Amino acid sequence: MLADVLREAEMRWPGNLYNRVDARSGEIECAPEAVSEICGWLFSEREYIFACLIAEERSPDWELRYVWYGAGDDGVIHVVARQPVAEQTFASLIGRVHAVDWSEREAEDLFGLVFQGHPRLGDFVLHDDRWNREVTPMRKQVDANAPLVRLLPEREWRPLLVLNAPGGFAMPIGPVYSGVTESALFLLETQGEDVIRCVPRLFYKYRALEKLAEGRTAAYALLLAERCNGTSAFAHSLAFCQAAEKIGGVNVPSRARALRILLAELERFRHHTAAIREICESTGLAVGASEAAILEEELLRLSCQYTGHRYLFGLNTIGGLTRDFEIGPCLQTLEMAQSILRRLERLEQRLRRTNTFVDRIEEVGSVSPQDAREFGLVGPIARASGVARDLRKMQPYSGYENFSFNVPQEQAGDGYARLRVLFAEARQAVGLIEQAVSALPLGPIRAETAHLAPGAALGWVEAPRGAAFHWLRLADDLTVERYHLATPSFLNWNGFHLATENFSFQDFPIILATFGLSMAENDR
Amino acid sequence: MSRWVLSGLKTGIKTTHYPAQQEIHAGVSPGLPVTGSAEGRTAEICPTAALTSSEGRIEVNYRRCIHCFRCVRSAESAPLDWQQGYEWAARAADRPALETGAFGRSLNVLVVDAGDCGACLSEIAQLTNPYYNIHRLGFFITPTPRNADVLLVVGPATDQMRAALKKAYDAMPEPRRVVAAGVCALSGGIFGPSLVSGAGAADVVPVDVEVPGCPPPPLAILHGLLVAVERKPSAFLSSPSAPANPVEAAP
Repeated sequence: MLADVLREAEMRWPGNLYNRVDARSGEIECAPEAVSEICGWLFSEREYIFACLIAEERSPDWELRYVWYGAGDDGVIHVVARQPVAEQTFASLIGRVHAVDWSEREAEDLFGLVFQGHPRLGDFVLHDDRWNREVTPMRKQVDANAPLVRLLPEREWRPLLVLNAPGGFAMPIGPVYSGVTESALFLLETQGEDVIRCVPRLFYKYRALEKLAEGRTAAYALLLAERCNGTSAFAHSLAFCQAAEKIGGVNVPSRARALRILLAELERFRHHTAAIREICESTGLAVGASEAAILEEELLRLSCQYTGHRYLFGLNTIGGLTRDFEIGPCLQTLEMAQSILRRLERLEQRLRRTNTFVDRIEEVGSVSPQDAREFGLVGPIARASGVARDLRKMQPYSGYENFSFNVPQEQAGDGYARLRVLFAEARQAVGLIEQAVSALPLGPIRAETAHLAPGAALGWVEAPRGAAFHWLRLADDLTVERYHLATPSFLNWNGFHLATENFSFQDFPIILATFGLSMAENDR
Repeated sequence: MSRWVLSGLKTGIKTTHYPAQQEIHAGVSPGLPVTGSAEGRTAEICPTAALTSSEGRIEVNYRRCIHCFRCVRSAESAPLDWQQGYEWAARAADRPALETGAFGRSLNVLVVDAGDCGACLSEIAQLTNPYYNIHRLGFFITPTPRNADVLLVVGPATDQMRAALKKAYDAMPEPRRVVAAGVCALSGGIFGPSLVSGAGAADVVPVDVEVPGCPPPPLAILHGLLVAVERKPSAFLSSPSAPANPVEAAP
């Protein structure tokens, strides 16, 4: 219970908690020194899951917000610390909670905060060969439109650590590599045939999306939320809209809530079909990849035919949806989705019986349940490693509590387990579409009044790749003061190296495909 | 193995007849708004300034339109006309024409992601699926710039990708062409120009063919490749009177 946890926190840290333990919003405001202990306690004793770290420059103070969540009554807890803007040093949590690693590195790069005790700061979001260390794009005084001053002359980037062994070398892959791939660099440290480990270097696609939203209207920021990741645009725009709706106290009509579930599950179905296609491609199974690609294209056409856009852009709006769907198109969507699912299941059967395929993904890129928990992994990757986390069940939104579905789970944690989870979730998604269509309430699709108010709120969804959190703060003039996205790819890339230890070189594309992560979603 | 051969054969032929015939299947393209009369309409409805109002007309700049649908679904403005179709690619006016037959009958395409959201890249990936199958036209996606004829760029050219994009272009042999796909690559779209990103691929490499759309559907990208090798005529990106390209509307 959230209330119990807050009460216990008050008892354990009597001097350090300010009188801001707020049971309604789940906020614990505490002294900066106590953050580490309280978060460590939440994580290891209360088994809360780390969601995100939100840094905000709110003159005259810094506001650091570590967000945690649990299932059902455990709710969402914000551990908040404030200190004057001039004081930029905070204690790092990394000794107690490993999952915060990347979030702290990100805050360090973008705001210039220093996390004392963190072993690896710098050269993360902002590459050190490109910019001076002093550049802090997210600070309020930095103009979003004026180009940052670049480092001249540009340095040649060198990795920090290189394997020190006879015959050892580091093989760089990227940022431009292979056929149709997103930009990222992977440094494979090898000695002979085996790769000892892989160090990903990301953020080549850093677009400063959070900065671009500042000072704009919420309606404009919604366009950015949608385009943080084109392949899960609906999920992200839904999380953003939910945050804005919470701030304004907007009641979304029940028809819009059900239609949102329909569309979100259609997107999940298409995303998983694409992920399955990529896994088939990575193993060189051309016919399987083609068959999955046919289904993916049919789902894209289906989306476009009835919603107007192949990637479901422009549908969500604050307060509901921008257009209604008649029952005919809903039924046809369901019918098509079911027929595509049947073909996907036939593909699954054939894949399972193809030894040459299964041999290549079985016991490849394994992540243990212990590691998945330690590193705070989410989505299908966590669920394939025996950690059944799903925000649709844990903290339901948009009416998911009224739908019956289960969260597929596998124990093996290897590439094959991740593939099985994808297939099982595709089945669940079609089941959810069916429930949404069969019990579609009548009524408006948009709240009559969607007035916003100054304030802040957290919106979340279970995006196709896992838990996504959008933090939105509106200023007095209703423009965006701070917008932060914590995406599943960001949380999961943090654990990518777990799957890439001591593997053979030819397995690398397969591990990459079974993880199915997006750089766009990570880099933002 | 025979299972796969059989199931592959059973699937039959899915491939479109484009470019020999127009593809008219529903859902192949989201379409674009069309220039029209300003009566009852307001250009301010557009969040990316793709619409401009002059002399009683609303004009659409396809370099900026991101398919937000606000000009057709908003209550504050009468909906703009919407046009299906996908032959949107246009040749940049200031680039030299290609010698006839410069690339022979096959074309190797290097895809560089300079900061896209993933949707453009996903549409490019569809080009090799059985529905579009660009291999039948002699187009191949190549992993290396050394034997690439066409550089297909997506994304606004983020600062951290500039060096890689330039290097990839420099490594390509002559003759070479650059196709920029998606509004981000044409104008920076919603992401650029900004503190960490340019105003499109043209900031870094000379762009020969522009493909609008957010994302451009696979057939629009295919049209862009065909325009790049002069197998299809170019469309117009922001002509005041004519629509993007006169094609038959999908049913």
